[in-house]
Amino acid sequence: MTGGAERGADRAGMQIVVDLNRCQGYAQCAFLAPQVFQLHGEEALTYAPAVPDDQLERVRGAATACPVQAILAGEQAGADAG
Amino acid sequence: MPAEARSDGRIVIVGASLAGLRAAETLRDEGFSGELTLVGEEPHPPYDRPPLTKQVLLGRVRADDVGLPRRRAVEARWKLGVRASGLDLYGKKVLLANGEQLPFDRLLIATGTRARPWPDPDAARLDGVFTVRTRDDAGRLAERFAAGPRRVLVIGAGFTGSEIASACRERGIEVTVAERGPAPLVGALGGTLGAFAARMQRAHGVDLRCGVTVTGLKGADGRLTGAELSDGGRIDADIAVIALGAVRNTEWLAGSGLAAGPRGVACDAGCRAFDMYGIVTDDIFVAGDVARFPHPLFEYQMLSLEHWGNAVAQAEVAAHNMISSGPHRRPHLTVPAFWSSQFGLNIKSIGVPTFSDQVVVAQGSPEEGRLVAVYGYRGRVTAAVSVNRAKWLEHYRRLIETAAPFPPGPGAADRPESAEPVPSDVPDPKVLSHGPTVALTGHLPDRRLTLVRPGG
Ligand SMILES: Cc1cc2nc3c(=O)[nH]c(=O)nc-3n(C[C@H](O)[C@H](O)[C@H](O)COP(=O)(O)OP(=O)(O)OC[C@H]3O[C@@H](n4cnc5c(N)ncnc54)[C@H](O)[C@@H]3O)c2cc1C
Ligand code: SF4
Repeated sequence: MTGGAERGADRAGMQIVVDLNRCQGYAQCAFLAPQVFQLHGEEALTYAPAVPDDQLERVRGAATACPVQAILAGEQAGADAG
Repeated sequence: MPAEARSDGRIVIVGASLAGLRAAETLRDEGFSGELTLVGEEPHPPYDRPPLTKQVLLGRVRADDVGLPRRRAVEARWKLGVRASGLDLYGKKVLLANGEQLPFDRLLIATGTRARPWPDPDAARLDGVFTVRTRDDAGRLAERFAAGPRRVLVIGAGFTGSEIASACRERGIEVTVAERGPAPLVGALGGTLGAFAARMQRAHGVDLRCGVTVTGLKGADGRLTGAELSDGGRIDADIAVIALGAVRNTEWLAGSGLAAGPRGVACDAGCRAFDMYGIVTDDIFVAGDVARFPHPLFEYQMLSLEHWGNAVAQAEVAAHNMISSGPHRRPHLTVPAFWSSQFGLNIKSIGVPTFSDQVVVAQGSPEEGRLVAVYGYRGRVTAAVSVNRAKWLEHYRRLIETAAPFPPGPGAADRPESAEPVPSDVPDPKVLSHGPTVALTGHLPDRRLTLVRPGG
């Protein structure tokens, strides 16, 4: 799932969350966007929830490539909260 | 009520975190076109808690960077930084601490839990004493970790306490873990994996003290200086992290007439709250850490799960049911699952390990540092936990869903010859420092299985 970031009106940066119940630790994401996703030990995935602007394309690629579609990328939820 | 009528009207969600957010999105996704209001006590928009004791305490991610991505726009009124203080069940209104009243047609309760505080309020106020539940908590603690404390004392060795200890060791900080039970994680995973976790912690240089209680925190000039243990020992520490489990945020519902209390808010498998007489309501729903619900795979016992995946799945079902009627409603039957990472290990669980009488290491071994432990209750598979072997869990999910016989047949090549089931040794939660992360809040006739302790 991608695309929230383009749609938004307030241009808040992209956030990601990985469903680590679903993640199988195959590390495609860590290969495609190593600045954002890393394996910690053999198979524990860690990542930076706030995606740096210069990593957006790589993260979208990783989200698409993830074989179990565990990566959700989008605008910060509630950014429109007043 | 005709089905169309339910996609209109006013919906209020109390608790603007993981469950509240995912419910709001599902409501809009499934066509709710009415007025939607989210009320959250924290001033922040929804954020993710699991990274707090992992990336944030490791100093890799800033505490204000853990915001949750949205799946879609929700077109809601967000009332953040304000607490719901009461519920008028008959007038169908949520009362806010600022005096406002929010009328609703349907309500979702998603107020989660908070960290159980240190029981002595004066000691809890000492500079250097922390709990970790919110991003503000984690941000402050991460700052103190960065400043290089002499020693951190972690009180309670459940998942939260163990992850904090792991972050300390990875940053080269000396850490003592004090746990009243016989081993770390034993309350959630039983004796076999508890013993494994204890070896792991010690191998990483944690000063692990099990079977002891911290009898008092000591301070001088308002700052923490150390703690006294029940075995007469004394720890000098400039930081103490209280990891004694969670308290369910149900106080605001006191006197409302709902079945809400220290164990959570009871609901049916369709997430509809029960009132205090055990009669199911039709317009009040519950989801996430604050909910207690019956699960058919676990003999319809009431489960309370403090798991990220449960908050998401239950919120989706609750939202669907809020705008569906009669036979269009769905049950929340997801098999419970969670993960933890600590000491470089990926620990994943499926099913309910505490709902067990036996456990067998079905693949790998503790010596290798990779394994799958399978749990059984009265001869059927009820749970599996993997350590650095996550890809095998899917297989066990199917065994759990089909109540397959325990011990499981040899499904995998690397099954050790000698694997014999042993008692799962899930202790009575009274002997643990921290509360259970899965609580079976009913009663099994043949066992002292867990009743969540009210209050203390
Ligand atoms: C440090 C930490 C690490 C974790 N790690 C993992 C992990 O590795 N794996 C895993 O599966 N799970 C993990 N969890 C559990 C997971 O984060 C929770 O299951 C999840 O946050 C539950 O979401 P929720 O929305 O039900 O409740 P919460 O996230 O607790 O949110 C409830 C919200 O309601 C608000 N609220 C409470 N009372 C009121 C009121 N009266 N009025 C208005 N608002 C109110 C609160 O301020 C809070 O923001 C972890 C939790 C923590 C704290
Ligand atoms: S690509 Fe997907 S499954 Fe693989 S490590 Fe990344 S998130 Fe996990």
